[in-house]
Amino acid sequence: MSAEAHGAHHTVTGIDNRKLGMWVLIGSECFLFGALILNYLINRDRGLSGPKATDIFNIDVTTLSTFDLLMSSVAMVLALHACQNRDVQRFRFWTAMVVLGGIIFLGFQYFEFTHFVHSGLGLTTNIFGSSFYLLTGCHGTHVFFGVLWMTSILVTSFIRGKEWFPSVQVEVAGLYWHFVDVVWIVIFTVVYLFVYL
Amino acid sequence: MAKGLPHTGMVSWLTTVDHKRIGIMYGLSAFIFLLFGGVEALLMRTQLAVPNNTVLEAGTFNSLVTMHGTTMIFLFVMPLSAAFFNFLTPLLIGAPDVAFPRMNALSYWIFLFGGILLNFSFVVRMVPDGGWFNYANLTGKIFSPSHAIDFWVLGVQVLGLASLIAAINFFVTILNMRCKGMTLLKMPIFVWTTLITQILLILSLPVITVALVMMTFDRNFGTGFFDPGSGGQVLMWQHFFWIFGHPEVYILILPAMGIVSEVLPTFSRKPLFGYSVMVYSSCSIGFLGFAVWAHHMFTTGMGPWVNALFSAATMLIAVPTGAKIFNWIATLWGGQLRFTTPMLFCVSFIAMFTFGGLSGVMHSSPPIDSQHQDTYFVVAHFHYVLYGGAVMALFGGVFYWFPKVFGVYMHEGMGKLQFWLYMIGFNCTFFPMHFLGLQGMPRRIYTYSADQGWNLWNLVVTGGSYITALGGIVFVVNLFYSLKWGKKAPADCWDGRTLEWSLASPPPEYNFAVDPEVKQLDAWWHQKYASDGTRLTPVFQPVVDPKTKHLPHPSFWPLILAMGLSVMVVGLFFDNMGHYISVGGIVMALLATYGWVYEEA
Repeated sequence: MSAEAHGAHHTVTGIDNRKLGMWVLIGSECFLFGALILNYLINRDRGLSGPKATDIFNIDVTTLSTFDLLMSSVAMVLALHACQNRDVQRFRFWTAMVVLGGIIFLGFQYFEFTHFVHSGLGLTTNIFGSSFYLLTGCHGTHVFFGVLWMTSILVTSFIRGKEWFPSVQVEVAGLYWHFVDVVWIVIFTVVYLFVYL
Repeated sequence: MAKGLPHTGMVSWLTTVDHKRIGIMYGLSAFIFLLFGGVEALLMRTQLAVPNNTVLEAGTFNSLVTMHGTTMIFLFVMPLSAAFFNFLTPLLIGAPDVAFPRMNALSYWIFLFGGILLNFSFVVRMVPDGGWFNYANLTGKIFSPSHAIDFWVLGVQVLGLASLIAAINFFVTILNMRCKGMTLLKMPIFVWTTLITQILLILSLPVITVALVMMTFDRNFGTGFFDPGSGGQVLMWQHFFWIFGHPEVYILILPAMGIVSEVLPTFSRKPLFGYSVMVYSSCSIGFLGFAVWAHHMFTTGMGPWVNALFSAATMLIAVPTGAKIFNWIATLWGGQLRFTTPMLFCVSFIAMFTFGGLSGVMHSSPPIDSQHQDTYFVVAHFHYVLYGGAVMALFGGVFYWFPKVFGVYMHEGMGKLQFWLYMIGFNCTFFPMHFLGLQGMPRRIYTYSADQGWNLWNLVVTGGSYITALGGIVFVVNLFYSLKWGKKAPADCWDGRTLEWSLASPPPEYNFAVDPEVKQLDAWWHQKYASDGTRLTPVFQPVVDPKTKHLPHPSFWPLILAMGLSVMVVGLFFDNMGHYISVGGIVMALLATYGWVYEEA
């Protein structure tokens, strides 16, 4: 891979090109989620009809899914650690755990969305709903791509065999995964906890 | 797959990952789109030449206004700047290529498809007509039911993606791939303005992305983000748009400032005056650029405190800009000036940009702005900064680096003729617009009655635009003439100051045969001249067998990935089968991504 060939070169900052690229993307994503969160905060109480946040949020379920996502970040750290230590079994196991954690989170989100729709809050019911689904949906899409990415690494590990330890790729994927987690912490606080202020 | 791809012919251009070739393709595409934007402008001016004219209908005029603005910004100035970023950045910092060569190709193809998508609206006769800032709620489904606005929304979304990918690439390239000894403050000034432009793109594009997604949802999925009837607010669009839109202004002008700062020292035979001040000014312009967006909205009733704050920030931004203008003048002062074509364009930049800057500072005062809002005075202002400023500098850059890119000079006589046609035409077109604006002529009207007192200046303006068009024709002739019969240019044809002039013209595929090492600013100049001015013997970069250099292999995947993304977007235009088309596009993009990742390069 040409990116690898370049990454293997000395860089001026000492940071691998791909890692620096991911950091820059994360900087951009901060503004993306910043705009979405701002939009949510502005429109939270502007719904003209239909349920409000306090009517439908189930904090217990969301806390559980938040816990799950945070634990997947722990798995991510361990997967990278195993990869750097060239321990193929632990690397595969923890990578699979990251994937599992992501899938469980997406399952929670699917459950939450269907529950909300059944409670009368659709995408177009009111502007609170639109802003809520746009923000959490965008985050969910990010989780989905993370799951896809980690699954690809797992599958590739089985294809390439026991001597394949792509530390830099896993680290870059990890940066992405941790960022998506951190964003969720912000969303959880702003969207789900601020309701109780 | 990758290794077998050819290095010459059509396929080699489709699969190239060479930053120089991608730069040339960006430049070529930009000039083709300029033709579109230029013809749109001429049509509008023809309609407005005399009162009660009937060349165009009102609806067509709206479409032309919209497409002219969108094309000139997103499809001409930005990609032409990108052409310079692509071709020059690695050469100026002494690197073999950009950090992610295939991503570089990807951003070009996405840009090209975005531009084609936007202009495809002409073919299906649903041309966007919401103005270049596409204000809600005019652009909602109720007032704009056809797909016209969708072409704008999705076209700009696609173009934004291309710019974001390129921005990440250049940011990493500049920080990570500078040659030995080139610390940040030894980088050529153009690299600095490129870097700051990328930061602006990285931070402002996500905001317009969100706004465009919201508008897509409003139009296609029935949400009401910008619809007061659903609790939404039309002003939200304006805020989001200008949080992107004002940094965008600096995205357009900063590369031009960088070009001017490279050209003036070369033709004055003096170093750039106040290099570090230039760097810090560019940084503060970039920073303040994010704090002035609401000066586009003074008349929306935001209240005196908000207006005052944004007014002050806007006035503040004139300080670093003014510092730059003085530095450029001081660079010329006492120099051995050579008025070549690039120099003429860049000197005119200083004057024209100052004009535009002065009327800009006038707008920073809300009471004055409420008089100017939506009149031709504003049209005059932003054409002085974007055309008299950015475009003149970009043309200067084209004439300056053309010999490096193609190994031949552009014809000086035709170049100077074009310059004077542009200068005279430009000022005839846009200076009288100040008068028209102050006399109350609103922008974007498709005709006017004869008793308003606007007849004379409108005729002059239209005449001016035709003179400019002549200049454009001269440029096209010059381009073809020079490519075919142009005078051969030596490697260091202008007695330049930066590393690219140590390379053969055109530069070899691998750029530098010997890794350059830099000890000071204007490294190449100091290889040619001792500090007391005596001539040294510089060592030009040798030409070696390209097979001895490791180069990234050409690849089809960027093109296929860009196609997949475009197909995904195109699906949104179809009501019934659209989902399948979009899903097909996503699958194509995913397959291309895997092909890309697993490709042996």
